[in-house]
Amino acid sequence: MFFLDINPLVLPDVGLVFWSTVAFVVLLFVLGKFAWKPIMKAIDEREQGIEDALSKAEKMKAEITQMASENEALLQKAREERATMVKEAKETADKMVAEAKDKAKGEYDRIVADAQAAITQQKNAALTEVKNQVGALVIEVSEKILRRELSNKTEQESYIKELASGVTLN
Amino acid sequence: MLLRQVKLLLITAFSLSAIFFSTASNAQDTAKNQTTEASTELAEKKDAEEFDVTGTILEHIKDDHSWHLWGHTSIALPVILYSDKGLEVFSSKNLVNEHHEPVAFAGKYNYKLEEGKIKVVTAAGTIDEEASKKVWDFSITKNVTSLLITVFILLIVFLSVASKYKKRGVTSAPKGLQSFMEPIILFVRDEVAKPNIGAKYARYMPFLLTIFFLVLTNNFLGLIPLFPGGANVSGNIAFTMTLAVFVFILVNLKGNKSYWQHIFWMPGMHWSMKLFLAPIELIGVFTKPISLMIRLFANITAGHILVLSLICLIFIFKTVFASAIAVPFAVFISLIELLVAFLQAYIFTMLSAMYIGMATEEHHHEEAHH
Repeated sequence: MFFLDINPLVLPDVGLVFWSTVAFVVLLFVLGKFAWKPIMKAIDEREQGIEDALSKAEKMKAEITQMASENEALLQKAREERATMVKEAKETADKMVAEAKDKAKGEYDRIVADAQAAITQQKNAALTEVKNQVGALVIEVSEKILRRELSNKTEQESYIKELASGVTLN
Repeated sequence: MLLRQVKLLLITAFSLSAIFFSTASNAQDTAKNQTTEASTELAEKKDAEEFDVTGTILEHIKDDHSWHLWGHTSIALPVILYSDKGLEVFSSKNLVNEHHEPVAFAGKYNYKLEEGKIKVVTAAGTIDEEASKKVWDFSITKNVTSLLITVFILLIVFLSVASKYKKRGVTSAPKGLQSFMEPIILFVRDEVAKPNIGAKYARYMPFLLTIFFLVLTNNFLGLIPLFPGGANVSGNIAFTMTLAVFVFILVNLKGNKSYWQHIFWMPGMHWSMKLFLAPIELIGVFTKPISLMIRLFANITAGHILVLSLICLIFIFKTVFASAIAVPFAVFISLIELLVAFLQAYIFTMLSAMYIGMATEEHHHEEAHH
């Protein structure tokens, strides 16, 4: 009868063992199927989603950094291109200005030359006319003088002398 | 820092429990002496006047066929008996008279409550031990009711939480009850299952979560002194034994070759050591679940005894002023018990996980030996 003296606290009751088994098995199956499985699945899915989102964000960040550096390179290139373009444009403009200047100078020279030629021509024409007129005048005057002077020989001679000394033009 | 505080609290709790256990056992002895004296002298009156501390505490800790609410009000619970004469169901109201004293009830046998247990009595009123052994008691007792309430609570809580996950989808943050339970579930997964079991943890999560929440809810319900709580389910050896048996079955079913090899023929040892270790390891197979069973039972029961002892101080000193000390102490111990309730659920689950992990782990280092 030793066992009967054991404290009833440490003697398991069959009834409670039975009902505990029932309770545990019911909980294990019902919760296992309808609670733990969907909950664990949802948590795993969410964690997977967060992980994916994080790695995606990291990738995007890297991509953005790369794009930024690419942009910088493009900008640099554009700046260089602009500088060369400006330089070229300036050169072209300078060239055009120089060409225009040259052309203008040539035209001016030609016009001046033409004008000078015309002036010379007109001067010559005028001179020729003057000469002709002078010649005609001389002939006329000479004729008159000759008509008058030929009668006086000495006078005639002095006159010729005078004339001769006087004629120095041209 | 927190760990140190917890340690300090535990030390306090243990030393306090040690003190009260010693006094309680003394009280038990004296109570026994008193009852024997009382029975020999038939001094009923004197017995009633003396306050029986041990009796009161044990009554609160033990299972019962009715659920005492307050004063003279209690809920009669169904009694289910199975004997060689067949199954019978009747209310436990029949087993007590209007003064809550046990009386004989004539079912298929003559039944009478003897220290809370249903026994078969002869017509003369003496206990018939032979016949009592033939009667199996599957009654819905106080603990069974409490256990069913726990099952009900767990089903409602976790089925609703599961439906929340379905309804709200996995992309939205948890809300309400869902957000309260999720960290606990994650705690079991990350602190209990993963480190102890390893890669195959997912397969054992339902088992571990069920054990954890069943023990935790029972522990908490046991701390509530009023109706839905107050039963001492997780402090009952039948309940802890059932859980330990489940752990035992699972561990040994899932135990792999290397687990059994480590028990019967420890690798890497001299043959004489192997012979010496085999029985020890074999005993270890059984002591592991037994330690689970006793740890939970003893911790929770000790907590209940502690709180009840403190409250009993008021009746021992027979003055209401004793409550000035007893009540704050009882509150303090109850707070520690809250910690213990969680701690024991955690330890039970963690050790279960550890045993499963030990039984299922792959010993890669062994290949190096051969």
